[in-house]
Amino acid sequence: MNFDFSDDQKQLRDQARKFLTEKCSPKAVRVVLDGKASYDKELWKGLAEMGFLGVAIPEEFGGAGAGHLELCVIAEEMGRANAPVPFSSTVYLAAEALLIAGSDAQKKKWLPAIASGEAIGTLALFEGKGNPSPKNVKLAASNGALNGVKKPVADGAIANFAVVAARTGSSGRENDISLFLVDLRAGGAEVKSLTNLDPTRGQAEITFKDCKAEPLGGIGEGWSILTQVLDRAAVLCAFEQVGGADRALEMGRDYALDRIAFGRQIGSFQAVKHMLADMYVSATLARSNSYYGAWALSTSAAELPEAAAAARISATQAFQHCAKNNIQVHGGMGFTWEFDCHMYYRRANAMALGLGSLTYWEDQLIDRMRKKNAA
Amino acid sequence: MNFDDTPQEAAFRETARKWVEANAPKELHAELSKSSLGRIRLAKQDIVDVGKAWQKKKAEGGWACLHWPKEYGGRGATPIERVIWQQEEGVYGKLTQPFQIGEGMCGPTVMAFGSEDAKRRYLPKLASGEEIWCQLFSEPSAGSDVAGLRTRAEKKGDSWVVNGQKIWTSGAHYSDYGLLITRTDPNVPKHKGLTMFVLDMKSPGVEVRPIKQANGMQEFNEVYFTDVVIPDSQRLGAVGEGWSVSLTTLMNERMSIGARLATGVPEIFEFCSNLMLEDGLAIDDPAVRSKLASWAVKASGLKYTSYRAISALSKGERPGPENSIGKLVSGMMLQDIATYAMDLQGAAGVLTGSDEETVQGQFQQMLLSSPSMRIAGGTDEILRNIIAERVLGLPGDIRVDKDVPYNKIPTKGR
Repeated sequence: MNFDFSDDQKQLRDQARKFLTEKCSPKAVRVVLDGKASYDKELWKGLAEMGFLGVAIPEEFGGAGAGHLELCVIAEEMGRANAPVPFSSTVYLAAEALLIAGSDAQKKKWLPAIASGEAIGTLALFEGKGNPSPKNVKLAASNGALNGVKKPVADGAIANFAVVAARTGSSGRENDISLFLVDLRAGGAEVKSLTNLDPTRGQAEITFKDCKAEPLGGIGEGWSILTQVLDRAAVLCAFEQVGGADRALEMGRDYALDRIAFGRQIGSFQAVKHMLADMYVSATLARSNSYYGAWALSTSAAELPEAAAAARISATQAFQHCAKNNIQVHGGMGFTWEFDCHMYYRRANAMALGLGSLTYWEDQLIDRMRKKNAA
Repeated sequence: MNFDDTPQEAAFRETARKWVEANAPKELHAELSKSSLGRIRLAKQDIVDVGKAWQKKKAEGGWACLHWPKEYGGRGATPIERVIWQQEEGVYGKLTQPFQIGEGMCGPTVMAFGSEDAKRRYLPKLASGEEIWCQLFSEPSAGSDVAGLRTRAEKKGDSWVVNGQKIWTSGAHYSDYGLLITRTDPNVPKHKGLTMFVLDMKSPGVEVRPIKQANGMQEFNEVYFTDVVIPDSQRLGAVGEGWSVSLTTLMNERMSIGARLATGVPEIFEFCSNLMLEDGLAIDDPAVRSKLASWAVKASGLKYTSYRAISALSKGERPGPENSIGKLVSGMMLQDIATYAMDLQGAAGVLTGSDEETVQGQFQQMLLSSPSMRIAGGTDEILRNIIAERVLGLPGDIRVDKDVPYNKIPTKGR
């Protein structure tokens, strides 16, 4: 059994950590947090130069042609660093949708641009409240034009293009939904920034008015493609969440060692130790579930739907748990804007919703486990 | 990243599989498969008798305590080969329950501290199941704080005379030997006055009494010592060094990698898949699904955590500290699952007989037994301390009794 990343992959992780420690300090994250920039353009450029944006994109489309395991280790580091860049929207959602369903021409147009850092992509799925469901897709597509409103769209305000879920039928079934590719700078799409929990990753509302769009994948295949995209993104996001959870745990541990109260390190009080031990437990469970997700993703295993849901749930819980208790360990200082704890708290809770809520994924997991048990 | 054996591992697995296939007591397979929670009970046979027969066969085939050196009854197998063996032994591994304390804790301690004579005398018979061992550490007033134990051993000539009491001793009533930690000097701080012995359980003055537990069962014992004489040659480690000897034992207790801990998840999943509530199947209820999903990812998280440890062994590396979370997670989960299953049963959940609506009372039994999972082998709180101190590097507790002579430590709270 070799249920671990290879030495090369671990080396890549070290390289990514070193790069992000230098280029993505908390100070750099705060530039975006404080609204002085919409994302960290320098960092984005650097990630492209390091080959991280295209790590899972085949060489023929301008990527490094490595694979999803390599992308997982980078994702973990992006989460650790709380990187204020549109990585998940562009790389896990837009690029993966293109890889799954894009025509040769579509891939040639967008994938090299993603890998080089020139294009930011996103997925426009949600229309107000609600989880991923064909029923919730109302935006209409007809004659190659889209009409309707999407929100929230992650990184929508800075994206060059979007993969848009649209309604092309009214049978009440999944095959009513199709995906479209939209160049957001070509007119017909009006973008408005929305305030959100985690300002280091923007959210937007996009209004499509007779907006020109080309199908991505076959008409009526949208939901099936989307399900695959969300599963892949669930695993990749899980690694970001695991990275974030680990960092939050480390911050809490370090503070518990440094801070003195009642004449002793607060980390010597069992109330604090046990809180940190429980954070370690959550983070460990999440990491192990995510490894299984990574295995399923990298081998296109039939287990991917179940593994992705498990990784998603476990990592969401762990990041929320660690980010929340990191603030608690810090006490009053943890509730200041000055300390970095709230950045992880914000990210953890925003990420918990991005691909559909925890409840949605719990529901998915049970469906998928039952399907497997029945088979 | 893959789940495949290396060629050597695959060959070893094949050998093990063939041997199990040819030698295992297949007539017990169904019964052993069913008993997934708690202690094993066989309808017609005594677990100790069947276990001894299986262990003897394994020893003859070279599969008993296989990670031990050959001269002490093992096979000289690598850690990963041991894991593969456990996987192939499968449900028959449950038959080794009476030997687990001996193999997992007492044996390694004798291996580390026994004389060459002692090792050759005790280990092969322990490995083959001919002699069963128990561990005599906990006392009524020394549980998590085992170093606060009171059982006295006093030197008389070439022997020691032991008086006192141990508790929570699994298998004491059928054990031949016990690993016994005693206080030999009450005038020094508590960790410094301890000494370890090998006790012949048939010695005069040893009395074993079963404990009636909170769940109504009797699985553990109290062991009383009245002027029990132990020759000095039965001592393990130096006089006053008992604490460091015991650490070897306890470290081994927490090292069992690849051991499948009961989580209750398959049981609650099956229960909810079949239970009709007013509005339909329980598993179709969003609240039920949310609970099930949270437990399912804990169980899968534990499973893949142990896979990570196995992978480290496979590469010849030392597994990381991740495995220390197993009992902490599964113990609490069992208790929560039992409570929730009964909540779903409503008023009938109170019944503990073989009622259909409560699925033969399996969750009621789980409820009543689960507190022990959170206590035995390290309480949840001690396990959290271990994770906090050894994994996260947080400071140890401030100990008010550290430099106080044992006999000056208060013995009553109020």
